Order: sequence, then structure tokens, then C-alpha cells
Amino acid sequence: MLDRAAADTAKDSATRRVRFRGAGFVPASSRFGGWIALAFVIAIWQAAGSTGLVNPLFLPAPSAIARAIYQLAISGALWQHLSASLLRIGVGWLLGTAAGVAVGFAIGLSRLARGVGITFISALFPIPKIALLPLLILWLGIGEEPKIATIALGVFFSTAISVYSGVDAVPRNLIRMAQSFNVPFATIVRKVVWPGALPAILAGFRITASVALLLVVSAEMIGAQYGIGAFVLQAGNLMQTDQLLAGVVILSVFGLAVGKVIGWLELRLLHWR
Amino acid sequence: MDLIANHISHRFGDLAVLDDVSFTVSAGEVVAIVGPSGCGKSTLLSILGGLLQPTSGAPELRGAPPADSLNPLTFVFQDFALLPWASVEENVEFPLLHTQLSATQRRALVDDALRRTGLTDFRKTYPKQLSGGMRQRVGISRALAVKPAILLMDEPLSALDSQTRELLMEDFVRLLADGGMGAVYVTHNLEEAARLADRIVVLSRRPGRIREVVTVPMTRGERGEAAAREKLLALQNQIWSLIRNEAIDAEREVQHA
Repeated sequence: MLDRAAADTAKDSATRRVRFRGAGFVPASSRFGGWIALAFVIAIWQAAGSTGLVNPLFLPAPSAIARAIYQLAISGALWQHLSASLLRIGVGWLLGTAAGVAVGFAIGLSRLARGVGITFISALFPIPKIALLPLLILWLGIGEEPKIATIALGVFFSTAISVYSGVDAVPRNLIRMAQSFNVPFATIVRKVVWPGALPAILAGFRITASVALLLVVSAEMIGAQYGIGAFVLQAGNLMQTDQLLAGVVILSVFGLAVGKVIGWLELRLLHWR
Repeated sequence: MDLIANHISHRFGDLAVLDDVSFTVSAGEVVAIVGPSGCGKSTLLSILGGLLQPTSGAPELRGAPPADSLNPLTFVFQDFALLPWASVEENVEFPLLHTQLSATQRRALVDDALRRTGLTDFRKTYPKQLSGGMRQRVGISRALAVKPAILLMDEPLSALDSQTRELLMEDFVRLLADGGMGAVYVTHNLEEAARLADRIVVLSRRPGRIREVVTVPMTRGERGEAAAREKLLALQNQIWSLIRNEAIDAEREVQHA
């Protein structure tokens, strides 16, 4: 009996470390992990192409795609196609964004505009905008206008939704605080609602940049001589898969660049978060 | 300038929140409003400050505000209500931006308000970098910048820890010491009410009616002295005995809701 008590006492006095159970579930990524993974995939892809494991007609090696991009660049065709797409995206995105921001703020701030605006947006937002391109060609002719209008329409709806959602999400206590100091409506919009809605607006820009890219390629595939979409379609028709993938890579790089610009904007404008 | 609650009643739909509440806050006077949870204290303050339209009755002002007052009725909010994208000095300057003041005049007011609240060294700091107590100091500083006649304080210390509460209470006592500025102070905390107020309006359980108005029988300066502690404690007990049973009922109601 006594022996057992002594053994228990010895067991109780021994210390052991509490096991750490709090690892993981932290939304952080390693700095170079993504790039290393990408390089690894490209290396395997290149090896598969170089060794003849994959038919280059179905999947050209990365080096062949790089060569195609280089040739496009020195021939001047790259700039010709890229500038046509950039112009359409730029003008269409700006028009759609300006209208979307204006309508989104109106919906967020006015009861009347909300009643009317949300009904229209709910009815029209789900329509694939590219389906309207033939109609827009009928209305606006076969020039740049219908392509730009298609992009602007696509951008408009997403922007309007993200803007009024952002306005709705502005903490009401901040608006009441401003009202308690007799701050005029316009100043409340400029100094409280706009910065408060900005995170949602910038998040919306990320989406609308992708929408614009998607629509420009689709529109150019339907009716354009120049543009990355037209170039990709033409390369596909001629079975020039290295050229086709060169177009895809250019689109991907463009999307990445736009994402970086928006990320930079977020860093500058939302430093307070 | 006096602030008058003139037969104020309020309903949220079918729910009667306030019933015929009347009292006057005289110039320079500090009135605390206490009562059980849900008795309509914060609603009453919002009505007094013009942020909520009462169902009947009205908040009224009597007499002219001080000549230099830019916002005679100024709130200090429980949740601070600071603009997170603005620095401390920008937050304090915010209510001055729409006034006719020049940039130099605004700057002088901001500097003075920051100095009075001990925030001068934190002027470029953002709210997220500050502790709760410091954030409330920014809220107080912003209120002082517009030179209010009456501060409307909605449980300004309830979100803070006890040490910070104590420090800010000392700040309030100091700021209200000269009697130049009145206040309506909504609180759950009877100790805060007894330390700060000239009169304490005790509201009943919902719908809030005035049960009693208790006058604190000593100056704020005297309340810091050791001899005053017993008297203040007795006063708190007296008020607690008025609301204890209703506070228990209100607590049960909240738990069942």
C-alpha cells in the first residue's frame, strides 16, 4: 500500500510538456512556394515535350511557346493584337466601371434608386453578355463599338453590385457619428461612405478585370480581325497550337499584371486595414 | 443653454420603449441616466441628440449655445465610432471640415483637443494601432474640438477594462470640472453615475419612465476625498435598491429572448 503511494507521488511529480495543438488554419502562404511549384510543373512539361512523351501538336513544350511569343514580338503582330485587345478592354472597362460606380452608389444611397435598380440588375445580370453581341452589332455596326459595349455591360453589372454591397456594408455607426456633427450629405458620402465601401469596390475590380478579359476574348472570337481572341481562334483553326498557347500565355500574363495593379492599389488605398 | 426632454415617448413598432420622459439638463450640469437593461437609456440619448425621431414629445433647447460652439450637442459613442482609414488628427479634424474655419483655425482646435486628451504624440497614429482607452480618448478629443455645450455620452466606458475606465473617469472629472460644459451620461455603472453626475435620472424597466431623480449632495471635487466615499456608496445602494428587482426581471427577459 505504502509502496504504491510512493510510486504515485513520483509519477505525479514528473513534468511533461503540454502538446502544442494550435498549428495550421492561418491564411498565410510561403513567399516563393507558388513560383517554385510553377517552375516545377513547367520543367516536367518541358521534359515531357523534349523527350517526345507528348505530341507537340496536342501540347507544345514551353520552349516552343516561348519561341512563338518571341516571333510574334519581333514580327510586330504581338503588339498589333495586344493593342487592339487593350484598347477594347480599357475603354469598355472604364465605361462599365464609371456607370457601375454611379448606379451602385445611387442604389446604396437612395431608396427609390434601390427599388428600381435592384429589380433591373436582378433581371439583367444573369444574362451572358456575349449573347447580346449580335444585337449590339445590329445596333452599333461592325466596328469597335459593339465589342466595347459588350465589355462595358459585363463590367457594369458586377461593378454596380459590388459598389452597392460595399455601401451597404459601411458601418452605420460611422454615418450616425457624422450626422451627429451635422456633416452634410455630400461630405458623408465622400469622407465616410466612399472610403468605407472601397474594400468591396476594389474587390469588385478584381472580378470585373476578369470579366473584361473573358468578354474581350469572346467578342474577338466572334467578330474581329485583330486582338488576342481573334489570334487564338485563328491559330486554333490552323492547328498552330504553339501560337494558340502563346496567346493564352499572353492573356494569363495580362490577367496577372492587372491583378498586381489592383493589389498595389489595395496596398496604397487600404493601408489602414 | 439648457436641454429639455419634453414628454418624450417612443415605440419601436409594437414595443413601447419610453413613456413620457421629461427632465431638464441645465447649462453646465451633468445628468446621468441609469436603469435596467433595455429601459431605453440609449434610445433616449439618441432622441435628445436629434439622431432619432420620438413617437411623441420632443427634445428642446432653451437659451443660446456658447458663441464659439460649433456643435452644441455632441456625442461620445460607446463604440468610439472612429474612421479607421483616418489618423488620430484626421479623426479629430473630421467634424470641422465642413465648417467655415480656415485650415489654420482647424489646426489650432485640433491641437488644443489633442493636448487636452494627451494625444499630441499619437496624432499620426491610426485607430487600429491604439488600445480601447486611447481610441475613446480620440472620440473625446473629437467631441472637444467642436466645443460642445452639452456632451451626450452613451456608455463611453463600458467597452473598456477597469483600469482604463478609472483613468478615463478621471479625465471626465477634469474636463467637466469648470462647469463650462454640461453632459448627459448614460451608464449601467452606478459608481460612474455617482462620481460624475450632479443629478441621476433613474428609469424604470421598459417602457422607461422616470422612477426618481436623485441629486448627488456634493461637488465633483469633494467626491475624490476619502470622507465622501461612504456617502457615495450609500447613494449607489439607494439607487440600486430602486432598480434591483427590475434589473433582475430585465436580465431574465434578455436570457429568455
